[in-house]
Amino acid sequence: MDQIFELLAITLGAILANNFIFSQFLGICPFLGVSKKVDTAIGMGLAVTFVMGLASAVCFAVNNFVLVPLGLGYMQTVAFILVIASLVQFIEMFLQKSMPSLYTALGVYLPLITTNCAVLGVVLLNVQNNYNFISSVVYGITGGIGFLVAIVLFASIREKLVFADYPKSFEGFPIALVTAGLMALAFMGFSGLKIW
Amino acid sequence: MNLKKQFMEGLLTQNPVLVQVLGMCSTMAITTSFFNGLGMGVAVLVILTLSNIIIAAIRKIIPDKIRIAMFIVVIAGFVTMVDLLLQAFIPALAESLGVFIPLIVVNCIILGRAEGFSYKNSVAASFWDGIFQGFGYTVVLLAMCIIREFLGNGTFGGGLLGIDGKGIQIIPAEFGIGVMTLPVGGFLVLGVLIAAMQWALAKTKK
Repeated sequence: MDQIFELLAITLGAILANNFIFSQFLGICPFLGVSKKVDTAIGMGLAVTFVMGLASAVCFAVNNFVLVPLGLGYMQTVAFILVIASLVQFIEMFLQKSMPSLYTALGVYLPLITTNCAVLGVVLLNVQNNYNFISSVVYGITGGIGFLVAIVLFASIREKLVFADYPKSFEGFPIALVTAGLMALAFMGFSGLKIW
Repeated sequence: MNLKKQFMEGLLTQNPVLVQVLGMCSTMAITTSFFNGLGMGVAVLVILTLSNIIIAAIRKIIPDKIRIAMFIVVIAGFVTMVDLLLQAFIPALAESLGVFIPLIVVNCIILGRAEGFSYKNSVAASFWDGIFQGFGYTVVLLAMCIIREFLGNGTFGGGLLGIDGKGIQIIPAEFGIGVMTLPVGGFLVLGVLIAAMQWALAKTKK
């Protein structure tokens, strides 16, 4: 039972209270870069969720079965980024062969994910928080869902924002950042959320 | 290569944060006290300069297809070194920056300069590019720290100056806008800074 409660707490935290974008500042670059249209935002969000879940699982294995027994804990950063980079490359090839429709939908965004700090961030946080295998994977996937929720909401606001009237200097990134700031303010409301 | 031009590009016209809009995560996440900003800025400056030198030195023998992977390995190596050095000699800084030190690996500024500059230029030019771009990044970080700290806590130089490193109190702490030290403040202050930069650049062009 304890495990289930812990997983629920992780899920709620990753999606709402400690959202990767709005309270941990991980994955801001793709969040600002690919949020001009809702469709592309959904594609990017799904791809990130998928990679984050998979990377959490693989990096957990690499850390606990290779790095820790060999006493190479200090090589974590290098090992994890290599795992993520090769994982992304592998997923790309796999999707191209077996699921071409999904590949064309995600295609452009997959290579970008390697340098998405949410992916490396979630892996490092898993190690820092001493999560076990199931918690790590759940944290990875729900963190990705939190990213998906944030980027889709943000993209739908940005689509409307085109018609708004704001000072010319704020064109482009500044108005997007101010919008994101106001959204972060709204997400702060969840920070009091404690069930257990 | 014209050093003065490179300097102006790093600081103003091609500023990595305000104009190229790279490395946003760290810029917003850690700029809550002066000490953090300075530490992060210098760490990135050092890593950027070193990786620029190495990448410029080996640029002719890197196969084009796997260059990104090579860049990442070089950068990750230097990041690990800096991470271990900070943990050993400045543990307070390592603790307050936390996960954002290893995350310098995926800081787009470093990969962006590797791909955009040092892969095509000589070692000397890449060295200066690293110094100037890193300097431009540090200046923006410090500006953000000063603004957020002042508005949020009413202090200056948190973590470095004043009693117990709490910073010098300029206005009473009760008058601070607490939200400025939270994520919201990061987004808003950076948005306004970029807007100011766009305004200034548009004005000088006329």
